[in-house]
Amino acid sequence: MPKVTINGLEFEAEKGSTLLEVADFLGIEIPTLCYHEGLSPYGACRLCVVEIGVGENTRLVTSCTYPVQEGLNIRTHSERVVRTRKMLIELLLATCPSSKVIQDLASKFGVTQVRFKQEHNDCILCGLCVRMCAEQMDGKAIGLVGRGDDLKITTPFDIKSEQCRLCGGCMYICPACQLRCQGPDVEEAVCNACLNLEPPCLESWDDAMCYMDPCVACEVEYSRKPKVKKEKTSKEQS
Amino acid sequence: METEKIEKILEENGYDRAGLIPILQDVQTEFNYLPQEALSYVAEKLEIPLIDVYCVASFFKSFSLKPRGEHLVTVCLGTACHVKRASSVLDEIEKRLGIRPGENTEDMQFTLETVNCLGACALAPIVVVDGDYYGQTTTKKIDSILKTYKRGDKKE
Repeated sequence: MPKVTINGLEFEAEKGSTLLEVADFLGIEIPTLCYHEGLSPYGACRLCVVEIGVGENTRLVTSCTYPVQEGLNIRTHSERVVRTRKMLIELLLATCPSSKVIQDLASKFGVTQVRFKQEHNDCILCGLCVRMCAEQMDGKAIGLVGRGDDLKITTPFDIKSEQCRLCGGCMYICPACQLRCQGPDVEEAVCNACLNLEPPCLESWDDAMCYMDPCVACEVEYSRKPKVKKEKTSKEQS
Repeated sequence: METEKIEKILEENGYDRAGLIPILQDVQTEFNYLPQEALSYVAEKLEIPLIDVYCVASFFKSFSLKPRGEHLVTVCLGTACHVKRASSVLDEIEKRLGIRPGENTEDMQFTLETVNCLGACALAPIVVVDGDYYGQTTTKKIDSILKTYKRGDKKE
């Protein structure tokens, strides 16, 4: 049983557990975004950073992936950690300003301004949907395709995947794209539409799949509707 | 799609899941690119999800999911080459072939690609055609380089 010091508190942690699990057990709150109890840790969002080490020799690590070690000195809320977290939230907010999850994080941690160019993406590449699909739904229909700047989450060849059962798990767990699929009738969409386990467009299009880029159902519907309507909806959203 | 060819490649590699990259390399050598049917077939035979094969195929720059021309022309745009005016060499090749990087010529003879560094900076600016390195290229040399490949066409 490795002994660790967390925020000055000595604790005998279970071997093999992660720093996040130790903090969670002790009731120390560490914000997370790409972490989910039922899925394997991924360390993509970096929000769960903690500072380890002593003296001048400290460094930041993601607590969701870092296993406990004998004699580890952990600080979960040092000045450096808090500053880093705020910066990360600011960057996430610039990537995906319409995400409620990220907006909530920003308000909780006092991020009141975004100094970066807003990109209005609908994906922060946290990989939650990919892990949800593979680990919980046994689907393996979507994955991280490409690399670097071109990295995106999609199906093989951007076409409907045979592995996809349209369970909607990917959309359910997504922290960024609740607005991604509201079906063809955007104007009639009610609040909490994001909590639909089934994409609403399925009623009209049995071949729809949100992760196709762009979604076939939405594209077909949009091209049919007069352009005025589309502009109106985009204004409403912004 | 000629499944026998892929089957042979898989056999040579011993149906090894860990050997996905060498398998894809062999498939690419066979077809000059990675056809969609080939990837599906490889995924099915190795019993791995298609998305995993697709992720690997899309990750590496040396794999192409689009058909490629007979000869692959690669221009290095790394720092050293950039300083030695690789961009004007690229412009010249673009003009000669009439294509942009990532495109094929209409007769499918050439494919133009750029690369960030080939590690042969002493030879900057460097152009590679089908694995043959042409160091210290200038816009004037482009014509003769391309000519050798045009003539060495399969018309013989």
